[in-house]
Amino acid sequence: MLPKLPRESLIELCRKMFLIRYFEEALIGLHNEERFKGHYHVYIGQEATGVPAISCLGVGDYLFTTHRNHGHLLARGADPRRLLAEILGRRDGYNKGKGGSFHTNVTSLGFPQTSGVVGGIIPLATGAAYAVRAQKTDRISVCLFGDGALEEGAAAESFNMASLWKLPVLYLCENNGKYGQGKAAGTARSSTMAVYPLTDLPAGYKIPAQQVDGTNAGAVHGVVSEAVKKIRQGGGPQFIEAQTVRWPGGVTNWPVVPIATDAAIAWDVTSVPEAEREWYRDSDPVLIFIRELVEKKQVSREEISEIQQGILGVVSQAVEFAFDSPYPNSETALEDVFA
Amino acid sequence: MRELVYYEAKLEGLREILAADERVHLFAESFLGLSEHRGLFREIVKDYPDRVIAPPISEIGFCGLAIGAAMAGLRPIVDLSTASFTFEAWPQIVNEAANALYMSGGQTRAPVVFHMLHGLRGGGAAQHSHSPQAMLWNCPGLEIVLPSSPRDVRGLLKTAVNSNNPTIFIDHTLLFELRGPVPEADEAIPFGQADVKRAGGDVTVIATSYMVQRCLTVADRLANEGIQVEVVDPRTLVPLDFQTLMASVEKTRRVVIVDECHQSCGVAAELAARIGEAGFDKLQAPIRRVTTLDVPVPYSAPLEEFISPSESRVADAVRAVLS
Repeated sequence: MLPKLPRESLIELCRKMFLIRYFEEALIGLHNEERFKGHYHVYIGQEATGVPAISCLGVGDYLFTTHRNHGHLLARGADPRRLLAEILGRRDGYNKGKGGSFHTNVTSLGFPQTSGVVGGIIPLATGAAYAVRAQKTDRISVCLFGDGALEEGAAAESFNMASLWKLPVLYLCENNGKYGQGKAAGTARSSTMAVYPLTDLPAGYKIPAQQVDGTNAGAVHGVVSEAVKKIRQGGGPQFIEAQTVRWPGGVTNWPVVPIATDAAIAWDVTSVPEAEREWYRDSDPVLIFIRELVEKKQVSREEISEIQQGILGVVSQAVEFAFDSPYPNSETALEDVFA
Repeated sequence: MRELVYYEAKLEGLREILAADERVHLFAESFLGLSEHRGLFREIVKDYPDRVIAPPISEIGFCGLAIGAAMAGLRPIVDLSTASFTFEAWPQIVNEAANALYMSGGQTRAPVVFHMLHGLRGGGAAQHSHSPQAMLWNCPGLEIVLPSSPRDVRGLLKTAVNSNNPTIFIDHTLLFELRGPVPEADEAIPFGQADVKRAGGDVTVIATSYMVQRCLTVADRLANEGIQVEVVDPRTLVPLDFQTLMASVEKTRRVVIVDECHQSCGVAAELAARIGEAGFDKLQAPIRRVTTLDVPVPYSAPLEEFISPSESRVADAVRAVLS
């Protein structure tokens, strides 16, 4: 289902989803060619959650994200050149090379802190909500985190305060292991919670909570825009669990790309290796979205191809920019400890 | 100059801060711990019901909430009550607040004050008597403040709230009844300015927090023996006014460091190392530390007294560096 938006907005969502997908695929390629070191997390498979959800927010709203932040930043309009430069530890990175993939944030886009500590941002996002209410603005705070964060005590403590004080915060939990496939495969673990469905946890704190299919851009846009409206009207916190199916390239800690995403796969998956074919056919949110765009006659397949080529160009420019950016001077390691 | 009791100066400072800046929000149950004067805090709550909030017993939650609020433009003060409870909030204080400016490459400020009561208070036992200042000093990005007089608590609290950095404000219950001069005028005491609390030419005693007052008492007593002790109070560990400490060391050439942290890797250990590195040739005796002994804090009064940096241990250390 497509979001109820004009054609131009749908095309913009399509561009953002492609940008995230191609950015992450390029990043995995660079890592596997040993052109940078270090751990990183990709957003592939969750594009139809972050992109439509973030499109529902206002310019003044706060967003807090995690180690899996690339998609959120790009959805909000971050420059892929500076994001990649940061991941490579370069001078032109958003954080001058001090944050890296785990901590990239952009305050001018409303991201005050990106924490690689599971559950670390849940109290922070709740605090920003406290602040914007104290300042008597109609801003809201959005907390973007994975299902594992609910296992942390910080989540429960934050839900309690958000509910007690009716704070304007949206908890958007991205459950990227809907079927727990990772656990079965002995690789990436899904959430280990006695509470299931996960929405029962915030609901226990009297926070309205609902689930949505995170591969369905229209459904995500619908529930998020409605939740944002209620929060902005003073209705207090809301919780949404967006469920996606974990991308088969990301079930281990070191992702590999089974096949470079191409719009043509949306209509014919035979080029995809058999082991991964089911995901690309049934659960790939980008391919689902472009298939619907074409079926609903919002765009032609030719237009999709043009968008795809355009984004591939943007990503290759980002790679060039990031590698051209020098490493920071060593002495800058001593700066930015205190304001 | 007028005189105030410590708790009066502290609450006066808090009232002045709340009146001056509506960005200041206080998350606290009492701000005076279990002191008999804690009822006075309720008067402040009445005056600022929207800005003085009693949070649930959720240290990681409300410390993180205050940090997030600071990132979004408020100037929160968080009361952790006993400093031992910082451990419940450690991930937020040391891994979120302390790192925010740095890992954002200078973008994100977290101007929050964490207020707590540290140290041996009499019967606190093992789980309510910690002095976490050395552990926190090991986490770059935090300013650390240890007031020791009525004037300092008021003046340093103002600077803490106005600071753009996360600040640890470590107070001590046993200071609350101390009387001392406090100016009528609005006074913010800058960080990084050590204070020579008593001048003397024979031995430098560097002390923090309540230990400053204990060392002043010992200095009075030793003066009767003809020993002139100089008591220097760094007042803030981060930033540290090392220059003033060294000026005193160069004058007396003998140093005792008194602090309530446990001995190993404590505040005294760090100060001793720095003085040793910078001024080994100036010293005429080995540096002596007087700290809490390296055992968990016992409950029973004589046991607690035995492990504490007591007056007699301070006096013995001073005599030792002179012998």
